[in-house]
Amino acid sequence: MSTEAAAVNKEVIKEAVPREPLFGAKNKRLITDPLNDDNPITVQVLGICSALAITVQVQQAVVMSLSVIFVMICGNIIISAMRNIIPSRIRIIVQLVVVAALVILVNEILKAYLPDISEKLSVFVGLIITNCIIMGRFEAFAMGNKLWPSGLDAIGNGLGYAWILVVVAVVREVFGSGAISFPGIGQIKFIPQSFFEAGYMNNNLMILPPSALIVVGIIIWIQRSRNPKLIEEN
Amino acid sequence: MEAVNIFVKSIFVDNMIFAYFLGMCSYLAVSKTVKTAVGLGAAVIFVLGITVPINYLLENYVLKAGALAWVDPSMATVDLGFLSFIMFIAVIASMVQLVEMIVEKFAPALYGALGIFLPLIAVNCSILGGALFMQERQYPNITDATVFGLGSGVGWFLAIVAIAAIREKIRYSNVPAPLRGLGITFIITGLMGIGFMSFMGIEL
Repeated sequence: MSTEAAAVNKEVIKEAVPREPLFGAKNKRLITDPLNDDNPITVQVLGICSALAITVQVQQAVVMSLSVIFVMICGNIIISAMRNIIPSRIRIIVQLVVVAALVILVNEILKAYLPDISEKLSVFVGLIITNCIIMGRFEAFAMGNKLWPSGLDAIGNGLGYAWILVVVAVVREVFGSGAISFPGIGQIKFIPQSFFEAGYMNNNLMILPPSALIVVGIIIWIQRSRNPKLIEEN
Repeated sequence: MEAVNIFVKSIFVDNMIFAYFLGMCSYLAVSKTVKTAVGLGAAVIFVLGITVPINYLLENYVLKAGALAWVDPSMATVDLGFLSFIMFIAVIASMVQLVEMIVEKFAPALYGALGIFLPLIAVNCSILGGALFMQERQYPNITDATVFGLGSGVGWFLAIVAIAAIREKIRYSNVPAPLRGLGITFIITGLMGIGFMSFMGIEL
């Protein structure tokens, strides 16, 4: 699925060669496509690992998304700038080194300024290195395109990843603990107290790992029934 | 006894797929038939069993704060911890390459079975995840670390073979069209995860 999408993207760019305005229709599609039709999580099926593990709380999901977007934009631009001097035989190693360096940077910043969240994200910040979305975008897009479209592509895919993460996290936190906690503001209740008095209980399953899979499965279900061309044969 | 406990725990309780979602990308992509799932699962056990102990040595004799004291007492204050991500991924990528070459030379039959899956594994999150969990949990000796690596591999193997078998059968069921393929696989994995949670709290 992802290679097909990549091939389509490359065609789009080749057509755009003569003079494409910075925010022309084709460049805009680089940002809007990954939000829905070509979403990295629900359609390309990349980067699932981290998407599921850190969606217990909205805060963590937002911090994780921002980290991934940062690494992806910087990485895509760096790889795109170096694309003509990277020997194709060792490109995977070069890409890994670039991502690893950026992730070390993110990890040190998180440790310094957001120690609590950094603790909760534990190994998953490190695992951004093997996040398939990032490697996938390097391989499928940045290696063959100029700086500006590569940057836009990174923003698009990053946002596509981020919105799924945040939606899953909101569902899990609202049904799991009845309130969403924001840093600085404290908890905001979404389930009114009268519900609890009437016998409503928080669904503890939502805090446990398996629920993330089920929530993503349901998001895929909704998305595909609204957009039948994404339906798989089998 | 401690080692047996770690082994059982890393297979069932801290299962890489059901508890931490590591290696989900290849888990979803390569689980269409049982045969390929077995190949990839075996390759993961193999690579985790090799890279976790190597990264353990690297962590304890090079990277950790004070780990370099064996070179010279004056280096006891050096902390190279911030380099661990880049070192681990370099070890994993090069080990995978090395293992591929050795297996190709000395065990052609095994290479035939694992061959195409080995390069895939360098960027499988479960391998780097194994190294990072090993670092975070601070195993006391190399035996425990190796057992943890092998156990996580076996857990991953079990998960991918089970989902592949279910996916082979589910082709004959009438799944709602938008849920076919990816959607139903997610939901089944979630249900399997709930099943695996019944192992929680096992101590040997």
